[in-house]
Amino acid sequence: MENILTINNLTKKFGSLTAVNNLSFTIEKGNVYGILGPNGSGKSTTLGIVLNVVNKTSGDFQWFNGDISTHDALKKVGAIIERPNFYPYMTAVQNLKLVCKIKEVSEAKILEKLELVGLSERKDSKFSTFSLGMKQRLAIASALLNDPEILILDEPTNGLDPQGIHQIREIIKKIASLGTTILLASHLLDEVEKVCTHVVILRKGVSLYSGGVDAMNASHGFLTLQSNNMELLERALKGNSAFGTVKRDGEYLIVYLNQPMDATEVNKLLFEKGVTLSHLVKRKESLEEQFLELTKQN
Amino acid sequence: MLRLLKIELFKLKHSRSVKVISSIYFILITFIALIASIEFNFGNIHFRVADQGIFNFPFIWHFNTYVAAILKLFLAIVIVSLMSNEYTYRTLKQNLIDGLSKKEFVLSKFLTVLLFASISTIFIFIVTLTLGLSFSDYNEIGIIFSDLEYIAAYFIKLVAFFSFCLFLGVLVKRSAFALGFLIVWQVIEWLLYGLMKWQFFRDTEIADKVALFFPLNAMANLIKEPFSRLGVIQTAANQLGENFTKDYAVGWLNILIVVVWTFLFVYWSYAVLKRRDL
Repeated sequence: MENILTINNLTKKFGSLTAVNNLSFTIEKGNVYGILGPNGSGKSTTLGIVLNVVNKTSGDFQWFNGDISTHDALKKVGAIIERPNFYPYMTAVQNLKLVCKIKEVSEAKILEKLELVGLSERKDSKFSTFSLGMKQRLAIASALLNDPEILILDEPTNGLDPQGIHQIREIIKKIASLGTTILLASHLLDEVEKVCTHVVILRKGVSLYSGGVDAMNASHGFLTLQSNNMELLERALKGNSAFGTVKRDGEYLIVYLNQPMDATEVNKLLFEKGVTLSHLVKRKESLEEQFLELTKQN
Repeated sequence: MLRLLKIELFKLKHSRSVKVISSIYFILITFIALIASIEFNFGNIHFRVADQGIFNFPFIWHFNTYVAAILKLFLAIVIVSLMSNEYTYRTLKQNLIDGLSKKEFVLSKFLTVLLFASISTIFIFIVTLTLGLSFSDYNEIGIIFSDLEYIAAYFIKLVAFFSFCLFLGVLVKRSAFALGFLIVWQVIEWLLYGLMKWQFFRDTEIADKVALFFPLNAMANLIKEPFSRLGVIQTAANQLGENFTKDYAVGWLNILIVVVWTFLFVYWSYAVLKRRDL
């Protein structure tokens, strides 16, 4: 796999505060990555460092296997951080022309990209007259001008109304379906869950997890069970090595699986032990539960 | 280089305030010509400024560059705001993310400074030449094009001053504060000079020597005031028993000091930007 970005032991300190602590991960071509973390966990700082606007304290990072300097690499990257920044006195088209000049790409794609984000009608309006949603969409158009190798989005739906959030998500999905590598930083989990194949989870600048979304939790899911005879059920579960932790949740028992096992098998096994179930649900943890679990433990 | 200048010009081209202030600046420079029409009656003497020899070559080079240099404050506003706006619009950050390096960013601003100074210098050259050709008593080629050192000094002075403004814009981030700082700095230079002259090194030349190295003072010294060089003033002074023996030439040491400051301002702009987390 071709590496787009490699981060090695990256650390950033603001005075006594360590915003990013010894962070390492790799971004490979073609995947959609999510950086998850509560507010203040170092997501934006990490992106700021690789985007050349924040100075690192130690460690290093490489764009495209380190063949070119950071600012030249950034010409092949599309990035939107926090909020859209453009010259308010210029129109949408003028602002995009300026970006083309900086990125040294042709101006031919400006109208096409404005069409993609649905701003064609307002192309000659000044940026200062745009609503936040429109500004954010212009930022996406701007980031796509060079048909980037990777699109970096930092909290792209922050501060938008539901309609705006929906529009941005649709655009992101559209771009992801075209095979563009995407790095999406967010604290909104459903946002990440819907589009990402890989996640990096940060808390207080430390990486808690980095890898595929599927492999995020090694467990094989969990069962919610109920029976007329709860004591018998609990004994039956504890006597079998296929089941891990058992805990009570109100009228239900929650049990984690130690090995792959589907619900029919569980039902059969318990019936043979003389337990009749009145409730059986097998589920994998949602990203939110896994995330909360991970950020809580450490 | 050309790419950087083009980027910067594109930013300027669409800004109305830049266009307005620059236009005012160049219109004001042409107004120097209006000095020619000042005339008044003093008792029985009819006094006309144009007849006093201020438009004579080569003196006019000195006079015009001196007066025009005062107006540089207008362009200073443009320079400071073109830097500080990048902070307020947060476009500095966006430019860097889009693939401009910090070095290129500072360089693009410095190129703009050079461009503004060049245009202003060419402009003052044309205005002065036209005025001189209309009013000067001496019109020999050799005399017309003597003392052109003032034009060179004018250019160096503007570049240095605008670089200072650029540096303040980078450092302070807000145009109003940066311009305020400029004034405060001038006051600091005066205070330091005053303290040295009348407190620490009384009755010595040390204060004057040290003050030569102050940035704003060094810029001011490039083109010394031309008024005491005028015939009328000289005659009046002679009658009062005073004698001016001032050196009005553009000094090499002075040029060197100003060029070094210019270099430092541009370098510091880069250094500040490089260290800063945006």
